[in-house]
Amino acid sequence: MKTIWTIARRELGAYFSSPVAYVFIVIFLLLTGFFSFMVGRFFERGSADLLAFFVWHPWLYLFLVPAVGMRLWSEELRLGTMELLFTMPVTTWQAILGKFLASWLFLLIALLLTFPMVATVEYLGHPDLGRIISGYGGSFLMAGAFLAITCMTSSITRNQVVSFILSVVICLFLILCSWPPVTDFVVNWAPAWIVDLLAGIGVMTHYEGFQRGVIDTRDLIFFLSVIVFFLFTTSVLLRARRA
Amino acid sequence: MITVEKLTKSFGPKLAVDNLSFSVEKGEVLGFLGPNGAGKSTSMRMITGFLAPTDGKVTVCGFDVIEQPLKSRRRIGYLPENAPMYSDMSVFGFLRFCADLRGLSGSAKHQALDRAVQRCFLEPVLHQSVDTLSKGYRHRTCLAQAIVHDPEVLVLDEPTDGLDPNQKHEVRALIREMGRDKAIIFSTHILEEVEAACTRAIIIDRGKIVANGTPNELKTQAPHAGTVVLGLEGAGWSTVQKELGALHSLERAELISETNGKTTIRLQPRENLLPELLALAQRQNWQIAHLNVDEGRLDDVFRSITLPDTERPSDK
Repeated sequence: MKTIWTIARRELGAYFSSPVAYVFIVIFLLLTGFFSFMVGRFFERGSADLLAFFVWHPWLYLFLVPAVGMRLWSEELRLGTMELLFTMPVTTWQAILGKFLASWLFLLIALLLTFPMVATVEYLGHPDLGRIISGYGGSFLMAGAFLAITCMTSSITRNQVVSFILSVVICLFLILCSWPPVTDFVVNWAPAWIVDLLAGIGVMTHYEGFQRGVIDTRDLIFFLSVIVFFLFTTSVLLRARRA
Repeated sequence: MITVEKLTKSFGPKLAVDNLSFSVEKGEVLGFLGPNGAGKSTSMRMITGFLAPTDGKVTVCGFDVIEQPLKSRRRIGYLPENAPMYSDMSVFGFLRFCADLRGLSGSAKHQALDRAVQRCFLEPVLHQSVDTLSKGYRHRTCLAQAIVHDPEVLVLDEPTDGLDPNQKHEVRALIREMGRDKAIIFSTHILEEVEAACTRAIIIDRGKIVANGTPNELKTQAPHAGTVVLGLEGAGWSTVQKELGALHSLERAELISETNGKTTIRLQPRENLLPELLALAQRQNWQIAHLNVDEGRLDDVFRSITLPDTERPSDK
């Protein structure tokens, strides 16, 4: 546990010791604000909830999460510090979890900094706080799932840009395969099992419940298993590098 | 403390390390020599447990580096080639991070950090970013990381690479000093370093051990080891050659140079040559400008037993 925390702390330090963290947070806040108020028409909806805010998160995370995670292993590979890390008394899992948790925590910080949104609806009306918390929970889990994917892609290559692009492609796939405009199109020609499969692995179906304040165990399990699966793949890829 | 048995590593069809076996005991400093691409770094990566061997095994302080990785790694300090470090950290931050990972804490950690910083002369750059360090300080920072937990075993991959002569001298002295109560392996291709710091040296070429012994033992394998180099004034090669032919203890004589009345020759003795040679010189009234017995140079040993790149069979 202590080892995981040591690694996580270093990783967090790396974010905040460079402008990356601040640039990211500012952009994230600006974009969430822009989409909620300008594109999502937060005020015109006249409803005291954060639907106009949460609905954009998959699309923001699509680019922002890979940007946060792309350096996790690519940088280790490029600098050669992986050799240092894995000759220390550190297991592969400790290293993976340390790095993953640090980035996830960083995303949580960025997410929590959107609290003025909550304050706004609280001021304007009487929102359902449970629903807002559930929305945040879902958003955080989805960020974790995208981050685990980025973790995996960054362990493939020492080039951060390649890692970013691969991750965006995979995340985009997971978004699109349960995005209504795409599913509506697929349903016309594909057999039912394909439609079900796509809906099952798509993040939109599983994220939707959280926005409505419904925490379904299946959705929870879905996001957690995506995280576990991609972190496991990361460990396999990292071990293969050293075999 | 370090036992390497039949260590083999292949990358696809290319055999990088081929059936390597040796051991290093406490108090020994083993120099690991070889041309570039001979498999030095690959071997060291397997000894530290970073790379899994294709075959064979490595034990460090009795712990198998693959079966019991954490136990063996706790006892090893490792300086990888090119001294990799997290570029976004300060020297102190980096060392503290390594000490934390090594499980040090509290006052033990502070003492360990102080000692490592002192030993590697890092005070002037302690709060500087790793990114801005000169190559010498980079290497020493990474070396400090390797010794921070006072390990029983040190594996150093080219620890003096890129240092200036003074820094090289300091690092060598440090290695020699630490070698008294640790088992150390370090790789280099600077041969004088082996004489300066090692108690034993291994030369590997194309993944195989081609020589193994103390620096002095290795030097006797040089082609010219034991020959006598003699400089004469006032005697031409032709006369000298004729007179030398009468010596019983001489195997062979060859001319190195003949300029301005000064003749330099190399004599290959059969047995103890010097008394007979000196007597002859006195009789003939030769003026000896210089006379020395060639102890052999590691350079020559190295060159004679490893193939240069150009003569290597190309990799299929």
